[in-house]
Amino acid sequence: MNIDWAALGSVFGVSLVATLGLVALFTLGIAGLSRQERAVARGESAALAVTGAYACFAACAAAVAYGIYMIVA
Amino acid sequence: MESFSLILAIVVVTALAFDFTNGFHDTANAMATTISTGALKPKVAVAMSAVLNLVGAFLSVEVANTISKGLVDETGIRPEVIFAALVGAILWNLLTWLVGLPSSSSHALMGGLIGAAVASAGVGAVHGGVLLTKVLLPAVAAPVVAGVAALVGTRLTYRLGRKADGRAAEKGYRAGQIASAGLVSLAHGTNDAQKTMGIITLALIAGGALAPASDPPLWVILSAGLAIALGTYLGGWRIIRTMGRGLTDLQPQQGFAAQTSAATVILASSHLGFSLSTTHSVSGAVMGSGIGRKGGVVRWSTATRMFVAWGLTLPAAAFVGALAEWVTKLGDWGTALVAVFLVVSSAAIWKVSRREVVDHTNVNGDDEPAATPQPEPEPAGVVTAAMAAVTPPPALGEELKVTVPAPVPVVTASAPDAPPTPAATPV
Repeated sequence: MNIDWAALGSVFGVSLVATLGLVALFTLGIAGLSRQERAVARGESAALAVTGAYACFAACAAAVAYGIYMIVA
Repeated sequence: MESFSLILAIVVVTALAFDFTNGFHDTANAMATTISTGALKPKVAVAMSAVLNLVGAFLSVEVANTISKGLVDETGIRPEVIFAALVGAILWNLLTWLVGLPSSSSHALMGGLIGAAVASAGVGAVHGGVLLTKVLLPAVAAPVVAGVAALVGTRLTYRLGRKADGRAAEKGYRAGQIASAGLVSLAHGTNDAQKTMGIITLALIAGGALAPASDPPLWVILSAGLAIALGTYLGGWRIIRTMGRGLTDLQPQQGFAAQTSAATVILASSHLGFSLSTTHSVSGAVMGSGIGRKGGVVRWSTATRMFVAWGLTLPAAAFVGALAEWVTKLGDWGTALVAVFLVVSSAAIWKVSRREVVDHTNVNGDDEPAATPQPEPEPAGVVTAAMAAVTPPPALGEELKVTVPAPVPVVTASAPDAPPTPAATPV
């Protein structure tokens, strides 16, 4: 009866890192968009914030795509 | 030969019925957080989850193979054994649905299978090592891992998102929740629909209709996918209410963090070939996100009842499975008796559930004070009290199973054989 502690540990590590990474990216994206929202309300533009936001969302989308790939494979 | 194929047909139908209860029971895993935070309308949420479950069913057969090739010794198994296992699993699923507690359908299935296999072929028929490493250990680890990830994730998203507000943030968290809930649904389809496929395949192998170690045939995959999707669409609203509102009050940020962590844990672990309970991961994640928010409260009374149900799931399903197997051994009429018992008890449970209907209109519990941790007032009161009283010895799980449904005649018919209670704790 061998308990595969290494596999369990890697599940823990991967889950923690991936969750935090995704949550951080996504929240930064949202923060970027609401910064732009505020800028627009003041009649300015926030190109950098928007670019950053979309970069974050793109990374999240890639992660989701990788998740689907893992389910399929 | 005639009766031979008849029992196979019964097993397949029962397996699909189990699959249906599985989808029904586990809709909450994917959609409870999205429904309770209002990210999706209840009906839309379950429809989306149903479609993704169906899609997920076609994606892989790895989990099905774990069941049909690894857990129990398939050479000593008759189709009746699998039938008995499914009876145990279905009854436990319906009972926990009645009291609105999320519990693992996979554990119910494993429990039923173990109980029936032990009753049929003795303790040697179960591979204890496989059971521990592939079932019990991940089940304990899943909520812990998902809970910790969700807790830290919730902290993080509140911290980073301090300045995020307004419509953009609202829409953003909505989209994030929907995406991660979609992933959970998809993963659930690949995981849980496959469990049924594995069971049907195991039955077909046991009945000699398939060569040992075969992959599931296409019609099995298709029907299992459809059954789970239908169950998902009808939605176990009672469990959704407990999961989305009963454990903690979820804000969109928490729902997002919880669902993301659950999706990640489920994907990471299933990628390692673990037979992992979605329910445990999602419940753990919801509680983690409840702790993670400042001022957030986890209702530990509800959580405790849920943990008790988790602990009881395997032994209770095993006990019913063992009992059912014992009766089917008496001959064809025994099998018929078990089938009748299953139908009658299911009908009785459904009937009891109609006393207090929970559906998409009141799933968010608008008709009750938010402070009440107990979602079902009247009929569940008795049962949950019984469940709480029953906490110490797992073997008593059967007792409450007998108190709830009405079919007294059948119970008494099998009662004389109850003495070998030790069968309840084969694990």
